[in-house]
Formats: sequence, structure tokens, C-alpha cells
Amino acid sequence: MNAIVAGHVHSPGRMALQRFAANRAAMTASVLLALIVLACVIGPMLAPWQMDDIDWTMMQVPPGIEAGHWFGTDALGRDLFVRTLEGGRVSLAVGIAATLVSLVIGIAWGAIAGYAGGRVDAVMMRIVDVMYALPFMFFVILLMVFFGRNFLLVFVAIGAVNWLDMARIVRGQTLSIREKEYVLAARALGVHPFTIVLRHVVPNLLGVVVVYAALTVPQVILVESFLGFLGLGVQEPATSWGMLVNEGAREMEFAPWSLLFPAGFLATTLLCLNFVGDGLRDALDPKDE
Amino acid sequence: MPQRISWLVLAFLAVFTGIACAEPQVLRRGNQLEPESLDPHRARGAEAANILRDLYEGLTRAAPDGSIVPGVAERWEVSEDGRRYLFYLRDDARWSNGDPVTAEDFVFGLRRSVAPDTASPYAKSLGVIVNATAVLAGERAPETLGVAALDQRTLEIRLAQPAPYLVAMLAHHSTYPVHRDSVERHGERFTRPGNHVSNGAYALADWQVNTLIRLERNPHYWDADAVRIDTVYYYPISDEEAEFNRFRAGELDVTQTIPVRRFEWLRANMPESLRVAPYLSTYFYGFNLHKPPFRDAPGLRRALELAVDKELIAEKVLGRGELPAYSLTPPGIAGYRSPEPDYATWPMEKRIAEARRLYAAAGYSGDKPLEVEIRYNTGDTHHHVALAIANMWKRHLGVKTRLVHEEWRVFLQNRRQAELTQVFRAGWVGDYNDPHTFLQLMHSASGINDYGYRNEEYDRLLDAAAQETDAKRRMQLMRQAEAVLLEDHAILPLYVYVSKHLVNPRLGGWQDNLLDHHASRDLYFKD
Amino acid sequence: MTRFLLRRLLAAIPTLFALVTLAFFLVRFAPGGPFDDERALPPEIEERLNARYHLDAPLWQQYLHYLGNLLRGDLGPSFQYRDYSVNELIAAGLPASMLIGSLAMLLALALGIATGSIAALNRHRWQDHLVMSLSMTGISVPNYVMAPLLVLLFAVTLDWLPAGGWNDAAPANLLLPVIVLALPQTAYIARMMRASLAEVLSSDYIRTARAKGLGMRAIILRHAMKPALQPIVSWLGPTAAAVLTGSVVVEQIFGIPGVGRFFVQGALNRDYTLVLGIALFYGALIVAFNLIVDLLYAALDPRVRYR
Repeated sequence: MNAIVAGHVHSPGRMALQRFAANRAAMTASVLLALIVLACVIGPMLAPWQMDDIDWTMMQVPPGIEAGHWFGTDALGRDLFVRTLEGGRVSLAVGIAATLVSLVIGIAWGAIAGYAGGRVDAVMMRIVDVMYALPFMFFVILLMVFFGRNFLLVFVAIGAVNWLDMARIVRGQTLSIREKEYVLAARALGVHPFTIVLRHVVPNLLGVVVVYAALTVPQVILVESFLGFLGLGVQEPATSWGMLVNEGAREMEFAPWSLLFPAGFLATTLLCLNFVGDGLRDALDPKDE
Repeated sequence: MPQRISWLVLAFLAVFTGIACAEPQVLRRGNQLEPESLDPHRARGAEAANILRDLYEGLTRAAPDGSIVPGVAERWEVSEDGRRYLFYLRDDARWSNGDPVTAEDFVFGLRRSVAPDTASPYAKSLGVIVNATAVLAGERAPETLGVAALDQRTLEIRLAQPAPYLVAMLAHHSTYPVHRDSVERHGERFTRPGNHVSNGAYALADWQVNTLIRLERNPHYWDADAVRIDTVYYYPISDEEAEFNRFRAGELDVTQTIPVRRFEWLRANMPESLRVAPYLSTYFYGFNLHKPPFRDAPGLRRALELAVDKELIAEKVLGRGELPAYSLTPPGIAGYRSPEPDYATWPMEKRIAEARRLYAAAGYSGDKPLEVEIRYNTGDTHHHVALAIANMWKRHLGVKTRLVHEEWRVFLQNRRQAELTQVFRAGWVGDYNDPHTFLQLMHSASGINDYGYRNEEYDRLLDAAAQETDAKRRMQLMRQAEAVLLEDHAILPLYVYVSKHLVNPRLGGWQDNLLDHHASRDLYFKD
Repeated sequence: MTRFLLRRLLAAIPTLFALVTLAFFLVRFAPGGPFDDERALPPEIEERLNARYHLDAPLWQQYLHYLGNLLRGDLGPSFQYRDYSVNELIAAGLPASMLIGSLAMLLALALGIATGSIAALNRHRWQDHLVMSLSMTGISVPNYVMAPLLVLLFAVTLDWLPAGGWNDAAPANLLLPVIVLALPQTAYIARMMRASLAEVLSSDYIRTARAKGLGMRAIILRHAMKPALQPIVSWLGPTAAAVLTGSVVVEQIFGIPGVGRFFVQGALNRDYTLVLGIALFYGALIVAFNLIVDLLYAALDPRVRYR
């Protein structure tokens, strides 16, 4: 990322950082996000409970300090504080890992195909088309049904779905960018195509990519929770925000806390991610004021 | 002049219809899943059975309280040795197209049900009929099956061995007659509306896949005057929460189930609609008896059973009126009383003390704990039960338990192969009101004994019961057999399932029953 | 143009072939079979059933058999819904799926483009904040939470709309499912539109146009809209796919007789032919949709040539 930003003419990374730091909403979101991540990492160690401990005397009790269940318990007397944070670990990990996978593959693939054009583009997009027409979500469902629900499988499968989107969007943008005057000029000057892609195409894609990435993390988190709704999410005793929200949604009329806490964390995280994405976009795109 | 007459006629009609038939009664039932088939000999699952009970009538049928009453057969006679049944059919029984229902129709139906080409999932339970097993195996022609029409209205069924549960079994859809003409004319498409001819209180009027099935009253049904609901809708709604919401919004009169965690809320907020009753079924854990640590270790199995607080599971983990189970057979089976193991009346402390003693005697301790795997199919309830049991074993004995859950079909395969399993989830729903439907599971010759249970005494008692013609004596033999099974701790019974519905309080005629059969013909709206 | 179309249609064949092959072997290598049940079938019967459905032949023969039938347009009998063929089941579910799918797409596009443009034209003003926070909600609330919430509000409490059911596609029954299905997509499109229009508006040629004294309205309609819509158009493919998947949840919650509901059931029951048929059907839909997207893309940007 640094190299790319540094490569952007007259726009060193420091300036982008300064612009980002000046954006109050984005900074607040970043801090909040950092706090949530921190809570998910160390929170479970602070609580007196473990994820699967059953408190036989306190089943589905509302939040309370003296009971030691800060977020209440679920129908089986399991502590929701611990479960929410543990679920956050899984959701965040799935979201980030899958997004990274899809970004790296997608940008490389789309930029190369779009810039190279001609036969290379045709073949590369042919491959994307072929994969595209595979209803991937359905394959994810099949994989989950048939081969057990495994954390790794979830994020590989989701990442594999998303890079296609990325590749197409990047390629579409590249198609127009490469017809732009400055690219044509660089090509006329005999600059190596790879350098052109890296110096001119990719930086110009950043706006779209960052917005897209900011949308992808929450999207992945949602996809994971969608699998949870179908009964195909991560395997118990592991849990995720999606699974907890799904359970909570079924109890919202009589045990609202079991929806509110995980949903609050989920929504806040998604919100923050989006603000950070917007902030990054504004900071990275010098054309915008 | 003609105009005036038509006005008169109209006015007369208005008054007349207002008096004679008020609103047509329409019943809307939630039915969870799309039925796999409406062919009574191919169908499987409760969804299809619910609809088939409205469409068809067997020789016998279940009354609203679940007891078996005459259906198409007005009465029947049993021979001395209990192997020959004569059923006398009522002469006013009609198909929905007006054809009479004859003994031939039943012969045709039963032959079709056991014919190997039909591949009926229930064919095996008809194995008591003479030659049924050979027909099923393709060794004999379906015509050799021990059923015969002595005349239009007399049906003879010959059995290979006495089976007092035959009469109850004949209320099951695998023994229904089918309309020969339409089956032969339309082949596999005979279950479509327009082609479908049935002999029950209702006829199939519409079938929109995954949307609804509509039944209209069969005007030719012999007891049509007693039928008060005119139209029945079955909606496949797989999401419990969605079904519940549609009931609440007044779009359903009967639900097939209630949402998992709603029981308390419903009891407080909609008690007039909530119907929960014990169901002819048992939820239990099996031990893999082929392999250590459970092979030849009845003491260990007993320790594990004693350490489970079944009352706590039924009340806290499930909490929907489930009963703790101490036997394979659920309570309430007609003419049968399940044996009660000694510890059932012990207080929990005594059970735990005994469990600890047995656990230690089996060679386990805090330093050398038992490490065991509970395997179950994916599902909230199963997970919670397993979690609770693991928690109890850990607390009382120090057992280290690993929970493994698998998708249903994968689970079934592993359970059958008995290679990976140690402790595993099991359950059984009785097909008819008789202990035999449960106890045959554990017979060493049973095709579905995934437990590896083999006890000659048990087999001998069951076999003797199968030959016994005296009903009382037969029940005694089965009770002895079950006592042997429980003594061996071959399984760990956990609880008795409940049937749970939401029923429109305006709907009359609903009676809770063990079989969870609620035919629409017995229901009506009070006004 | 016609040649382009023809070529793309021909090119769809290997795509669908790859799809069938992948799906076929994936479902067939799954553990468990269609006739497994707690009450195991007697072996004789299972044999018969396997023979009837050609499951007793070697796998490659079954594969060829399936392909052969496929060429004749026959997707085979359903293993689970024994009274129907897969063709009939898909045909029965098609109208409902297509109807709510296309309505949701249209709604999402119309709402998304409109609100996204408003936000872009009023950046950092209250309109922008309103649109963005609404779209944030749309993205942050999973549809399986949104659906029961709406049902609880509009069907159970207010009693304005039915809680579910199809009722021959009555508008009242369509409203909630279409909204739930469209909501997240609307949010995505609005965000995309906002980003893309803002970018176009700040580009050199728009500045030039503005410097020339052209009116804002004319600039937007004549110069900015077309390029701004490009990312939206490339987003249409994924949107269509998302709507299709989303409809699995929506169909289940609202009891809509679409194709999606069969898929999960089919997979759980190892209904090989049904799962394959639906996967293939969705594949064909997505292929068709991508073709439309490409045509649109070319129409919006004349520099992108049909190749």
C-alpha cells in the first residue's frame, strides 16, 4: 500500500495520512474499531466465564453486574459477554482474511486483464466469466453441507467469491483509464506496461478499491452470518456475531439483550469500517475536496 | 314477470343459504415442509402423513384421542391362532369420483405397497403378512402376498405370526388403498390434482408446489355428514419463526410446531392457543458397543447414565413440557407399562455417589479421566443437550468430553458404520401404538441396530412375544425384554419428545394424543 | 453486435459445461446418499431405487447419462419430491423467483441511483448524511433480522400486510419480501453511486464544462451521469447474484414458492438432480445477466468496443 501511495505523483503518503487525521468521523471510527478489536482479543480473558460454561442457576437472565454476566446469558445459561467477544474474533478474522484474499487476487487480475486488453484480457475474463457463472454462494452452501463447517473453508470460499467482483470492477475501470490521455502519453513514451499499471492504473483505482474493500469486510461478515441463518455457519462451540445475532433475532421479544449486544457490536463495527473506508477514500484521492 | 321471479328466487336463495350453510369452514394448517409425495405407498415423513390422513381412509383409523377405531372396515374377526384376519368393509364407502371402495382396492394397495418396484419406505413393517418379505425381496410375485378379497366387501389378511398391532398398523398410510384405474391410467402422475382419486373425507383440489395444497370435502365420503370443515389448506412453512408469525397474524389456524425458545413466552401470552402433549417417541444416546471403552463395560455405562440429571435437562435445557425418560418406550402406550430402573426414584445425590463409585471401579479417576466423544447431528437442541451432558459428566465424574456434530446424512452414515462413534445421539418415533415399534430396534437381527447390542435373552424374549397370541402375556414378555435392555444400560434414555402446536382457540374437536394425529375431519369451528 | 452476441452465447456453453461438471462431482462425492434415513431401507429396496435412478452404474457413466439427458433438456426426476421432475419443480418456482428478484433489482437501482446522486450533489450536507446513514443501516442489518422486524411491525402489530405466503403474487404479499431483498442492494448502489458521481464531478472535463458556464443540471445529465453509472453497471452482475442468494432467505421467511427454497433442502437431502438442476439454472441466469451487463457497459462508454 505504501509503495503505491508513494508512487502517486505529488501525493506522498504523509499528506494522505494528514488528510485522514483531519477527518473527525473517520478518526473516531478508527479509534472505536481499535477498541472493539482490542476488546475481542483480550476481553474473553477478563471474564470469569468460558464460552461454553453453563450457569445452571442463571439461564436467560438479563445483564447484571453482581451476577457476573455483564451482557446477560443465553437460553442455556452461557455468558453472553464472553460469547459476543469470542464471536467477534471469528467474524473479524473471517472478514479481514477473506477481504484480503479477494483484494489481492482481484486487483492483480482485473488490472492486468483490463490494461493488457486483447487476447490476454479475453482469456482472463473468460476465466472470470466461467467462474462467475458458477453460483458460488451455492457452492459455499454445498461445501458447508457436505464437508462440515470449517472456519478455513468459510473464509477461503467467501474470498474466492469476492475476488471475482473485484476483478470485474477493476477491469472495467481500467478499460476506461487506459484510454485516458496520460496513460496514452506514457505508453507513447515507451514506459513499461507493468510500470504503467502500477504507477498510473492502480493508484487511479484506489478510490473504487477502498470503497469496495470497506464494503467487502462487512459484506463478508454478513455472508458468514447468512450461512449461520441457514444452519451452516461456523461450528459450535465456536460462534460468530452472525450466529449470535441470528439466535438473538429469534429471542428479541422476550430476551432483547441476546440480540442487542451482538447486533450492537456487529453494527458498530460495520459502521466504523464504512467510515474508515470513506475517510481513506477522501484521504487517498487528491482530486476530491 | 320473469324478472320478478328471478328476484324472488334470489331472495329465497339468500335466505336459504343464510340459514342452511353459513360461512364455509376453511381450515389453514402449517405443515413445515413440502410433502415428498402424495402417493401413500411412497410417501415418507410427517408432512405427507398429515395430508394423506385427510385424503385417505384405511381399514382402521385413529380417532381424535388417538385410539384406533373402524375406518373403511366396519368390523373384523381374528382367528384363534391370531394369524388370520377377516375385515368386513362398509358398503357405503366411496372413492371421491363415486366408485365404491372394494376389498379388491385394498388387495391392490397392499400388493403395491410391498412390491419391490414401489420401493415403499415402510414396506418392511408389513413383513408380518404372509410372503411379504419374499415379495419385497423380489423372490415371489406380489400376487402371492397373503391378502385376498373373498368378495366385494370381505378382505382376508393372513399373517406369518400373530401381530396384535396389525389393527393399529392398518391406520398407517402405507396400507391405504389406491384407486386402481387412476394409478394405471396416469402412472406416477396419479397424485396430481385432476388425476387424484382418494377415499377419505377430502379430495385433492389444488397442489402448488412449495405454496399450498388445497383439499375440498369429498361429497362421496361415507361419513360426509359428520365432516364440518369444507376446505383445508396445507402450507409448507419451514421456518418456525415465520410459521409462528403467520399464526399470530391470523393467517394460520394450526401450526405444526412452535419456535424453539418461545415456550415460556407462549405460556404467558397465548396459553389458550398452546397445545403441548407427550409424543410417541424417545430421545436417547446410544453407546457403540462394538468398541472400547463401552464394549463389555456396563458399569461405566451405568455410571455415565447416573451422572446425567435428566430432570434438569427436561426442565431447563428443553423446557417445553418434555418428560425425562428412563426407558426406551415412552409412557402411554396402550396396554403397556415401561419397566422402571432402580435409580429412577433415587435422589440425584445418591445417583452421583453411585456413579462415582462405578466410574472409579471401571478404572477411571481424576488423573486418568475417561475421554469420550459425543456425536450428534447438527441442530440447536442436540447441541444444547450434548453441552449439558458434557457439563454434568465433567462436574460429577471429571469426564473429558468432546462434542462432534455432523450434518444429518454424514452422521447417519457414521452411526451405521459404527467405526468412529462412541456416544451418539439417537431417537425414535413409533409408527404405531405398540412397544414393538421401539423394542425391535435393539434386536440383534434388526437392520437398524447401530448400537451393536446383542443379548440372547433380549432376542429370545422378543421372539417369544412375537409368537404370543395372548395380548397380556405378550406385553409381559416385551416388558421383560425391555427390563433386560435397561439393566444392560445399552442406551441412555434422555427424554420423551412432545408434540407442540398452536391451535386457533375457535377450533373445536382438537384432542391431544400420543400419535399427534389430528385429522381435519374431526375438527370444526365453533361460532 | 449480432456477432458479438452470438459469440458470447457460444462462449456460455463451456461455462455451463464447467458448472455441470464441477457441481456433478461435488454433489456425488458428498458423504451420504439420497435414500439414507433413520429407518434404513431394506437393501433390496435400496438396490431397486439405485437402479431406477441409474445410481448403480459407474460414476462416469452416470455423468454421461446426465449430460445426455441434459442435452435433451431433461434435468431428471427429483429424488426427494418423488411426484415431480426437476424440470417441473424449477418451472414451478421460476415465476416467483423471477418476479421478486427483478422487482427487487429495479427497486434497488431506482432508489440507489437516486439517493446516491442526491448524496453526491450535496456532499457533507444533511442530505448526504441522511442517505449515508440510511444506507449504513441497510448494510448493517442482516436480512434475516430485517424480515422478522418488518413482519412484526407491519403484519403482527399494525396488521397492514400479510406475514407471509404467496397468494398468487398479490401486491400486498410481494411488498415486504421485495423490500427486504432490495434493501442491502439499494445501500450498496447508493454508496457506489455517491462515490462514482463525486469522482466524475471533480474530474477535469466537468470542471471545464462548469468553467464554460454550463448549468449544473445540464452537466449532470449530459456529461456526468453516463460515466458515473459505469461502476454501477459492473456492480449489476454481483447484485443479481446477491439477489438470487438473498432470495433463499427471503423465500424461506416469507414462504415464497421460489427456486431458492429447494436448493438448501435439496442439498440436505442429497437430491442430486434437484441440486444440479438449480445450480445449472442459476448459472444460466447469471450468464445471461452478465451478457446484458456487457451490452449496457458498451452502450454507456462508446470507447469500450465489442470484442
